[in-house]
Amino acid sequence: MRDLFDSSVERLFSDLVTADAVLACEGGEWPTELWTAVEASGFTLALVPESLGGAGATWADVCGVLRLAGRFNLPLPLPEAMLANWLLGASGLAAVLGTLSVAARGTLRLENGRVTGAAVDVPWGRHVRHVVAVAAGAAPAVVLLPTEAATVVRTVNTAAEPRDTLKFEAVVPLASAALPTALSADVLKLGGAMMRAAQIAGALETVLAMATTYAGERVQFGKPIGSFQAIQHQIAVLAEHAAASVMSAEAAFAESDDRLARLPVMAAKICASEAAGIGAGVAHAVHGAIGFTHEHALHLTTRRLWSWRSEFGSLTDWSQQLGRALCGAGSQALWPSVTAGVLAAYEETAA
Amino acid sequence: MSIDQFKYSRIPPEAEALRAEVRAFLAEALKDYPAVRRADSWMGFDAEFSRRLGAKGWVGMALPKRHGGGEASPFARYVVIEELLAAGAPVSAHWFADRQSGPQILHYGTDAQKERHLPAICRGEQFFCIGMSEPNSGSDLASIKTRARREGDKWVVNGQKVWTTNAHRSHYMIALVRTGENSKRQEGLSQFIIDLSLPGITIRPIKDLTGAEHFNEVFFDELVLDADAIIGTEGQGWGQVTAELAFERSGPERFLSSIALLHTLIDAVGRSPDALQAKEIGRFAARLVTLRNMSLAVTAQLAAGNNPAWEASVVKDLGAVFEQEIPEVAQLLCELPPTVQGGSDHAQVLAYLTQMAPSFSLRGGTREILRGIIARGLGLR
Repeated sequence: MRDLFDSSVERLFSDLVTADAVLACEGGEWPTELWTAVEASGFTLALVPESLGGAGATWADVCGVLRLAGRFNLPLPLPEAMLANWLLGASGLAAVLGTLSVAARGTLRLENGRVTGAAVDVPWGRHVRHVVAVAAGAAPAVVLLPTEAATVVRTVNTAAEPRDTLKFEAVVPLASAALPTALSADVLKLGGAMMRAAQIAGALETVLAMATTYAGERVQFGKPIGSFQAIQHQIAVLAEHAAASVMSAEAAFAESDDRLARLPVMAAKICASEAAGIGAGVAHAVHGAIGFTHEHALHLTTRRLWSWRSEFGSLTDWSQQLGRALCGAGSQALWPSVTAGVLAAYEETAA
Repeated sequence: MSIDQFKYSRIPPEAEALRAEVRAFLAEALKDYPAVRRADSWMGFDAEFSRRLGAKGWVGMALPKRHGGGEASPFARYVVIEELLAAGAPVSAHWFADRQSGPQILHYGTDAQKERHLPAICRGEQFFCIGMSEPNSGSDLASIKTRARREGDKWVVNGQKVWTTNAHRSHYMIALVRTGENSKRQEGLSQFIIDLSLPGITIRPIKDLTGAEHFNEVFFDELVLDADAIIGTEGQGWGQVTAELAFERSGPERFLSSIALLHTLIDAVGRSPDALQAKEIGRFAARLVTLRNMSLAVTAQLAAGNNPAWEASVVKDLGAVFEQEIPEVAQLLCELPPTVQGGSDHAQVLAYLTQMAPSFSLRGGTREILRGIIARGLGLR
């Protein structure tokens, strides 16, 4: 399934997700046609069980789709919609067609059948019809909320992607269910971190390709700048971090199934967040002044790297969680945690 | 080369099954082994320990049974060596034979060479060192001058090797030596298995900056070798050496050299780290997880018969940066100055690894060489 997904998404994105299309979205447009095409391809339902009308794909099947979303600067909440529908399916709720995002942060509470509070940093919150969140309450609940019932405070990230605050006041959810016991209350943050890790990996593949091509073409001192060791070694470091990001994202997706693989996901977001800054920095250094212009396409990717590394938990946030868990478990637990890919002491406290 | 070659590769269950036994053995064998000795990692030399591992079948374990090996999968061997390194076991005596010389003799050796060396390697009794660098040939390996000339059915060797780890306590060296004159420097090189007990060889240990003796200078003065000391094909030494590089550069020893310090750091910090301590320890763990996955991906490539030299360079360079950063950051996290006498385990391990760290981006290919290889793979050279 992986190869089929990768090739069809790559074809779709290379046809439709052009630099002009991305820039138009950054100007505030919602790309109706692009969304319709992506939705028609079925990927928003990829992670929904077949019994609930989805494709029944595994996380491992879709890692390439998310990397491609990053590679092409996809200006749509496709990762969010996939994650939201996965959580709905895992909670026994019907998947949603149409525009959909997730709320991983905020103060939402479900009481007496109504949701009150703020959903913060909701990707494309102003554009989507529905948002999926885990609301606090007597027990955490998965809720599907209509955004038309929310007050929207508009915020955009460095890539001009909407990251809005949605305020709900005693709104009856369109659907709700108890959060499955196998999932932790931070499941959307964890899932979002995994998505962003894969998108960062893809974005780093893009800036690596751009920097390598440019270094081979730009001539100074009578030869391509890529023939200078100083440039070669910087691009080598970029390649190393792109490879590490790809590897850690692939591991996180491969180890996730009905549950998200917490330790691999944390590792992926930490490594990707670190790589994002290093990679963007090298790509700009190699491109020189032209890469600093609005006209050149490099910023379409680097401005996303600078945002995505901070979303759904920064390097510091996840590193501190992981470090506290490791210290709490003691030095003898470090290596067994690495080889098992599971931090037993942490899994207990996270839920 | 391709980043897509880093395919996630789980250790197969049958290889994973070995882990518990290796852990139990090491827990017992290293019960009273001090933390600062564990920090020696794969520089720790203990011939008796190597023999015990040989008896367990954990040296040369991927070699064929007819030569004394266990025909284990590369992943089974990976499980054993990563457990040894994570525990800080003294594996140096047999390390180079297990990693490099054994597989090379299996691949290129004559039946007589296999018979002479492989069973003894697998018993953990025959130790090898690798003779590559010379005084004027470090990163520029193809410029080596040590020469072997034919005399009748013998070879006569003159020249000098340097930085040869364990030469003073190994039985054999596999040396890269010039055997012909060619316009291309990489041609006319051959590899020899040199019995280090022969006359005409002088071995002088070189103290490293801690005062320890791991590496040596080795002089050959009219050293006479039998015709069958040559391994592989005369004149093909360069190709034989570069074929090993992916094995040499991708293993867990390329990112686990400072793990002893991660252990003592967690102990020193205690169960309730402050924000900075938690952040840095978590960040190191994340990188450790990722480097291990990258190393396993290269292992899968090697197992499939590919030559992932580019990918191995990526692992080694990222791994060396990681190993070097651990002491740099650790000294910022606790008010515990490093000590070489007295002090806590953590202070001693910190002192030791702080001093060893510069070697991590020198041995096995410098940072600059590796980044050059990576750039070439990207089409930049």
